[in-house]
Amino acid sequence: MPTTAKDPSVSRTDPAESAPRTRTRRRRVTDENGRRMPVWELLLRYALLLVVLALMIGPFLWQLSTSLKGPHENIFSSPPSFLPSDPTLHNYERVADTIPVWDYALNSLKVAAANVFTNCVGAALAGYALARLRYRGRKAATLVFILAMLVPVEGIIIAQFTTMRDLGLNNTLMGVLLPGCVSALNVLLMRNAFLNLPYEVEEAAFVDGANVWQRFFRIALPAVKGTLAVVAIFAFMGAWDDFLWPLIVLSDPDKFTLTIGLNYLHGTFANDERLVAAGTVIAVLPLIVLFACLQRYFFRGVGEGAVKG
Amino acid sequence: MKSTAAASAPATAGAPGPSGPGRPSGPADTAAPPPRRIRRQLVTSPWLFAAPGLAIVGVFILYPFVSTVINSFTDKRQLIEGKYVGLANFRELLHDDMFWIGLRNSTLYVLVVVPALVVLPLLLALLVQKQIPGITFFRSAFYTPVVASIVVVGLIWVWMLDERGLVNAVLEAVGAGKVGFLSDQWLLLFSAMAVTVWKGLGYYMIIYLAALANVPRELHEAAAVDGAGPIRRFVSVTVPAVRSTMVLVAALSSVAAFKVFSEVYLMAGPTGGPAGEDTTLVMLVQRTGTGLTGRVGYASAISVVIFVVTVALMLLVLRADRKEDK
Repeated sequence: MPTTAKDPSVSRTDPAESAPRTRTRRRRVTDENGRRMPVWELLLRYALLLVVLALMIGPFLWQLSTSLKGPHENIFSSPPSFLPSDPTLHNYERVADTIPVWDYALNSLKVAAANVFTNCVGAALAGYALARLRYRGRKAATLVFILAMLVPVEGIIIAQFTTMRDLGLNNTLMGVLLPGCVSALNVLLMRNAFLNLPYEVEEAAFVDGANVWQRFFRIALPAVKGTLAVVAIFAFMGAWDDFLWPLIVLSDPDKFTLTIGLNYLHGTFANDERLVAAGTVIAVLPLIVLFACLQRYFFRGVGEGAVKG
Repeated sequence: MKSTAAASAPATAGAPGPSGPGRPSGPADTAAPPPRRIRRQLVTSPWLFAAPGLAIVGVFILYPFVSTVINSFTDKRQLIEGKYVGLANFRELLHDDMFWIGLRNSTLYVLVVVPALVVLPLLLALLVQKQIPGITFFRSAFYTPVVASIVVVGLIWVWMLDERGLVNAVLEAVGAGKVGFLSDQWLLLFSAMAVTVWKGLGYYMIIYLAALANVPRELHEAAAVDGAGPIRRFVSVTVPAVRSTMVLVAALSSVAAFKVFSEVYLMAGPTGGPAGEDTTLVMLVQRTGTGLTGRVGYASAISVVIFVVTVALMLLVLRADRKEDK
């Protein structure tokens, strides 16, 4: 980044470097490949990157390390020992004995998978209707989704809960799923994606006799696969990570999702750090793997979501 | 994406219809008007397409929103229908210490977290912007806390900041002595804020990275030729160039910070720390409104306060933005 990059005068920390400044600056600035970075700056950058890396990843590794430490190893030692002296999966077995953690994981997986499906289908259909189809009330329909996007969900949880109770869906996974199963933000994301497609192709298909479903499935949908992937990933992550809503709607420990189960584990066995650590590792690992595989969609989603949000 | 559309074009493009050439089309922020023949065909299907989305959003977002506002004027409880009580709930709020604690904490949250989340991710984005070997690894690593559930993040930091946890072990090893991060009312709140910032850094870093990519390099080079140092260039080139992004980040993070729940709930416990002094407004809504005797009406009144403040925050940020423009 240019601001800190090309000028050795950054080096107030490094006075030895200030001498060659005037001599080399101009040449670096006009370097055709951006500019060449002096070695000391490269080192400084990597040093800073490593410090931040330790701050961002360290806590996860510490949790992993704690979860692998056996019952006889002191996890409170000072100075702390970062590597387990005798790594064991014992704590993971204990989590499964203490709470039905695999059932909870399965519940989370069910809700997350269903959330991906409903959001992809519902948002694509509605987005297509808002972007491509002309009908009376389209502007009103768009406005409905915009308003819904602006409603702060945290403020309506109690009313959502009463609605859910009236529908008899309280304390069910269906109840966890429903309020977010077609999110307004995703509908608007899909609408934008469809709006950015050139119209001629669909028009030609229409002339060839394709009906609206054929145009939707054969032409429009394949062209917005990227946005659809973003919707899918954020739907999965949102459902898997959600806490407040499942906390309110689920009361029966049999129905818990993983996050609620973890909260329960923490509330009941707070003094057993190894156990809680193993539980958190189980909860976070699938998403880290997913992220590692599909990074660019995660990053793309940030951009698209922020512009709309 | 584009190529898919283009590839399927030749198959159909050979049959120009009456509405074919010359029609305004293509990418636009406003929808291109569909040709009349298409329009005519589309009478029923649009509503079929939009129906699932509209139904879900209507029943589970907009209807609860409206009923929250209505309930705030009633004494409704869980399982007990309420009656209209006018502004009684709001009058009660004025004398409810817990409400003021919640309002104070949620407001403090905005005041501390928002400046941090506007500035720190920008600095981080500057650090990872340059293409040096391994930089994609660092970018991904910095984003990892965003991916993790807030429950995982909360519990990780509960253990990190525990009296016998890693942070205190390190503090003790360097002879600084232990700090009761999770036992003192204020330290608890600030620890939770730090966790919020930690989890949000990567997200806003990515937003800033996109914005920085659009800053013309010539500006920096011109400034450098004029003898501006890195700090000077940061203030007079980078910041003005990404200012609209800073406003966006401020708007997003302030609304999110005011509605904070999970971090504080996990770190301070369901009752909000010592004597409930760390309760936030959303925690109060959750605590007041749920359970068999949950006071739905009163909790809704707190929710209405949350709505009003949220809207006010957005307007405030946007207005601050417009003022700076002049």
